Amino acid sequence: MIRRQAASIVAAVAPFGIVFGASAATAGFTLLEAIGFSTLIFGGSSQFAAAEILGDGGSIASAAIAGLLLNVRSLAFGVIMAPALTGALWQRAAMSQLMIDESTAVGTSTTDLALRRYGYLCAGIGVFLVWNITTVVGHLVLSDAGDLISDLGLDAAGPAAFLALLWPRLRQRPQLRVALAGAVIALVLVPIAPPGVPILAAIAGVLVAGRQTSAVLDGPGDE
Amino acid sequence: MSDAVAVLIVMTLGTYALKSAGPLVLGARSLPVRVQGLVDLLPAALLAALTLVSTVGAGSSISVDARLVGVVVAGIALWRRAPFVVVVLVAAVTTALVRLLL
Repeated sequence: MIRRQAASIVAAVAPFGIVFGASAATAGFTLLEAIGFSTLIFGGSSQFAAAEILGDGGSIASAAIAGLLLNVRSLAFGVIMAPALTGALWQRAAMSQLMIDESTAVGTSTTDLALRRYGYLCAGIGVFLVWNITTVVGHLVLSDAGDLISDLGLDAAGPAAFLALLWPRLRQRPQLRVALAGAVIALVLVPIAPPGVPILAAIAGVLVAGRQTSAVLDGPGDE
Repeated sequence: MSDAVAVLIVMTLGTYALKSAGPLVLGARSLPVRVQGLVDLLPAALLAALTLVSTVGAGSSISVDARLVGVVVAGIALWRRAPFVVVVLVAAVTTALVRLLL
């Protein structure tokens, strides 16, 4: 059961990995840099955001900060998963690298600690492998694409991917309000602020949320 | 060092610190409720901004072009509960078709 769940989540990552490889190529990353992002950072939406901002001419700081802010939720995932991820220091250190939406979603789908760890590891390792392989595929296929990216409409694949990541969150009112506020702030700032800054400024959108109940793990729909 | 490598180094260190704080440092303790609430909301603001800016942004100006049609169609696909790969494909194909026709 938990293995089947992990398998379907791992498969769902493949197209996103290809889109990341392609955006990395579009943003001017070398193949090695793209692989570095997928192995060392290993956090889908944050890699995507950094590539998007750098490709748009944004600064190192704005790309890195926007990327890191998208990964702040890993902190919450780590807190939730910690009781199931016990062991020697090196084991906990290694398992931590797999702390992403998918592994946490599968890991928390059960209450038994041993099963939690097993599900977390299955999904985490599976996504790690598929994510890196598809990053390479996406980069290789599209690195020399140039005009092809625009001819095939692939520059719309990035925003569509962001929208798909955002979508499951919009069912909750506070999330919807924050998303709308973030979008308006960013759009207003595009003509007047340097590239990347509008994205960072959008986090002020959380101020309009009002009260909300905690729901970090309402679905596996991210990465 | 390229910009990408600089970003890679900063994000690798920062992301790993965030990922490992729970298992390595916090153990069984949990986050304060208010912090947890903010953590839950950050991605919505950032992802919405990224969606919009990458749809109509062009450097420091706004350009309404074929991408917007593609992303709107992607939104319809999401509303119809299409899987990720379909959403991305219809966005690309729609954008390509609009460019071809206009």
